[in-house]
Amino acid sequence: MTVPSNRPPLLQLEHLRVEFPSRHGTLTAVDDVSLEIAEGEVLGVVGESGAGKSITGAAIIGLIEPPGRIAGGRVLFEGERIDDLPYEKLRRIRGKRIGTIFQDPLTSLNPLYSIGRQLIETILTHTSLSPREARQRAIDLLSEVGIPSPAQRIDHYPHQFSGGMRQRVVIALALCANPRLVIADEPTTALDVSIQAQIIAVLKKLCREHGTAVMLITHDMGVIAETADRVAVMYAGRVVEVGPLREVVKHPRHPYTVGLMGSIPTLRGSRARLAQIDGSMPRLNRIPPGCAFHPRCPRAFERCEHERPELINDGPSWTSCWLYAPLARTGSDG
Amino acid sequence: MIAFVLRRLLQSISVMLVVGLIAFSLFRFVGDPINNMVGQDTGDKDRAELRQELGLNDAFVVQFARFVGNATKGEFGVSFRQGRKVSTLIAERLPATLELSLTAATLALLVGVPLGVYTGLRRESPLSKLILALSLVGVSLPTFLIGILLILLFSVVLGWLPAFGRGDVVQLGWWSTGFLTRSGLRALVLPAVTLGLFQMTLIIRLVRAEMLEVLRTDYIKFARARGLANRAINFGHALKNTLVPVITITGLQLGSIIAFAIITEQVFQWPGMGLLFIQAVAFVDIPVMAAYLMLVAFVFVVINLIVDLLYYAVDPRLRIDRALAGGHGG
Amino acid sequence: MAEERLAPLPAGAFRAALFRAWDSDICYSFRRSPVTVAAAAATLLIFAGAGFAPWVAPHDPFDLATVSLLDARNPPAWLPGGSWEFPLGTDNLGRDILSTILYGSRVSLVVGFASIIFAMVLGVSLGLVSGYLGGFVDALIMRVAEVQLSFPAILVALLVDGIMRGIVPREYQDQLAEDVLILSIGLSFWVQYARTVRGSTMVEKSKEYVQAARVIGRHPAAIMLRHVLPNVMGPVLVIATINLALAIITEATLSFLGVGVPPTEPSLGTLIRIGNDFLFSGEWWITIFPGLVLVVLVLAVNMLGDWLRDALNPKLR
Repeated sequence: MTVPSNRPPLLQLEHLRVEFPSRHGTLTAVDDVSLEIAEGEVLGVVGESGAGKSITGAAIIGLIEPPGRIAGGRVLFEGERIDDLPYEKLRRIRGKRIGTIFQDPLTSLNPLYSIGRQLIETILTHTSLSPREARQRAIDLLSEVGIPSPAQRIDHYPHQFSGGMRQRVVIALALCANPRLVIADEPTTALDVSIQAQIIAVLKKLCREHGTAVMLITHDMGVIAETADRVAVMYAGRVVEVGPLREVVKHPRHPYTVGLMGSIPTLRGSRARLAQIDGSMPRLNRIPPGCAFHPRCPRAFERCEHERPELINDGPSWTSCWLYAPLARTGSDG
Repeated sequence: MIAFVLRRLLQSISVMLVVGLIAFSLFRFVGDPINNMVGQDTGDKDRAELRQELGLNDAFVVQFARFVGNATKGEFGVSFRQGRKVSTLIAERLPATLELSLTAATLALLVGVPLGVYTGLRRESPLSKLILALSLVGVSLPTFLIGILLILLFSVVLGWLPAFGRGDVVQLGWWSTGFLTRSGLRALVLPAVTLGLFQMTLIIRLVRAEMLEVLRTDYIKFARARGLANRAINFGHALKNTLVPVITITGLQLGSIIAFAIITEQVFQWPGMGLLFIQAVAFVDIPVMAAYLMLVAFVFVVINLIVDLLYYAVDPRLRIDRALAGGHGG
Repeated sequence: MAEERLAPLPAGAFRAALFRAWDSDICYSFRRSPVTVAAAAATLLIFAGAGFAPWVAPHDPFDLATVSLLDARNPPAWLPGGSWEFPLGTDNLGRDILSTILYGSRVSLVVGFASIIFAMVLGVSLGLVSGYLGGFVDALIMRVAEVQLSFPAILVALLVDGIMRGIVPREYQDQLAEDVLILSIGLSFWVQYARTVRGSTMVEKSKEYVQAARVIGRHPAAIMLRHVLPNVMGPVLVIATINLALAIITEATLSFLGVGVPPTEPSLGTLIRIGNDFLFSGEWWITIFPGLVLVVLVLAVNMLGDWLRDALNPKLR
């Protein structure tokens, strides 16, 4: 995969696999996923619910709930492997070098502690500031994310904030130790539509200012279109397409991506019906052989049923679809 | 805040009135109070006179009001069985029950909460599994059986501790205490353990369940994702959130210790109110039953009130929310 | 709306349903846990022993003709002085302990089950009424429930028992003692059922099919029953298993305190009470064996309840 920069990528996922053993057999939630994020870059990871996006994010910081576990591949951060680190070392990376934002701001904050206490606690854990300095820094952070009267509100409790304000606090918490990477897992899904844009704006601004890279996980293409530099599309635990934003949106390669882009309602242009992709994403224990998408694919041919495609380069994008394999054209080839 | 307290006070008073009504109905409708007080030979005319004298012909509401008035003064009439004033009997027996209950409750809390926290944090350790297994047995053992087994072991076989009575007591005003004598303390051990054991196992299981729930929440996940130390997560965040709902339930449980004391007092022949109540039930000694009922209700109501106030102090969400304060379990 | 008649299921479908049930999550977690299986086995054993007591018991302890004071206070068979005629020893009246335990378990189980069923019926009905009617009736019932909930079951049971004692004329007291007991214990347990059912009823009531039924002219209550009851059966059953253990303990406690079943038909609690007097003179078996059986029974029921709760809880799967 091409990363338009000479420096090594900030984050590298190489053939990552996450499995969940269950009594129905082993479910592979993330199957041979390879991704990169460069410094300061925003990578959007998009796909339906259950496509494995959140689990990929959780795997990076080692927060997969047992019995799930990383069963293969590597996670490299700043050139070093982090997936096999002992707990304490990984803990020091979390928050300090990789921040996280979760979906629901209401449940992400401890209702019994003031937001100031939660902020200061995190700052003190990762920096060597004194408590007074930490408090000042917390107030500064709150004003950076746009909380009015931060010096008063720092002692307020989570339930005293509205949903949008809470998510700003969460962003402040994620960024308080100045991490190089932020994993944002559905940061706007639980918010009102009118607030979503604001939150995305805050996130964008802060990350630009601090040079923080973002892995933006969402099912909402609109959010991706606003924010991402590059986009990765996931389906059934696999990456089906990766490329610069414009390319993926304007010239989608993979039939799934095509369907995805086509199903987004737009204000411009007229369309009689909303296009949709027939069928639904397969359950994790019923993934078809070969290409996972082939039963729903309008352009599937024989090879798709047996061989699982790898990521194939097509111009600036990469896509795992046999349609783009060099030399292979018609279905009559084996 | 004031509104909250006032509201709870009103609620408490209404509960007391309801219980009072039940107690009063006992007096009026269960058996004939006159029959219980006079012999078989008393003529009808005398009975009618007595009835009038005691005001038993007055309207229901009037009698009830009189009853409530008397109750607030601690006047419950005379015991059918013993012929002495109920209030005296209760005053004699109350200290024994209260000392026993308090000791048992403290024991249950001091041992139960830490064990519960431990089994919540270290789910898979063999010690946890042992504690849980024992707690299951503890919940399955009826209190009286625990008492009997303890007596068998510590009194009959080992001969270390007394099996009956209260030992020597020291009289402080109208309160008699067993805390100040060696024999009093020794006599307290087995009954207190018996009474407290059931509560302790309940507390262990409750705290553990709450802890596990809390450890699964999003804010704990977020705390981990922020790289907070385990100690901060477990004892800072998780513990506090666990203890808040535990306060309510534990408070209520402790109130019920007073009632469970009935059983323990029977097994150990502990001269408390519970024993008095059992004898009253067997004899249908209404005044004593009614008085006991009111007293227990009062204790419950007071404990409930304290628990609510505590909850209010601990959970910041309640201070702003005038809507239904989320009690655990709904 | 005419009821559709279901075609009779072919036999193969039934067998298939059985296999599916066996393989379902519930049965799977049951088979997986040896503790639960042991608990179920113990429970079944005691139930069988109690149920078939008249045939299984070596003696009839209540047939005064066969009971003789000469046999009184014999120790169990494996101790000196005992014999295998009375495997677990005899009590102060010469009754065989094993037999009294078998008959006693019967009483304990009957009272336990009956009171829980009574509580369930009462609680479920009140919950349905309360949830469906709402308003004043609902508020009243829930108030009573709240007040009652703050008192432990044992106290409520004692109270009801005491009241009954005052009301029922002396001649009938022994006869009715068991029923009174069932009533008292049942009355102390109805609240949890009522609250659960009330909650579900209120949820269902607001659903559209109830309004649709009203429009059609069908009585919504009948429809709700068909839909609420199945939904609610799971939690109700879980509550019932928890309460069964408590009910058995409550009955044993009441009998131990002397206000339970009459001494002519002793339950395990009564037996323990009788034996208690002989602890100090060294005849421990009179109280310990009934005690053991009681503990095993309650323990087994508790474990089954625990397993059932875990199995039915979707969050833990």
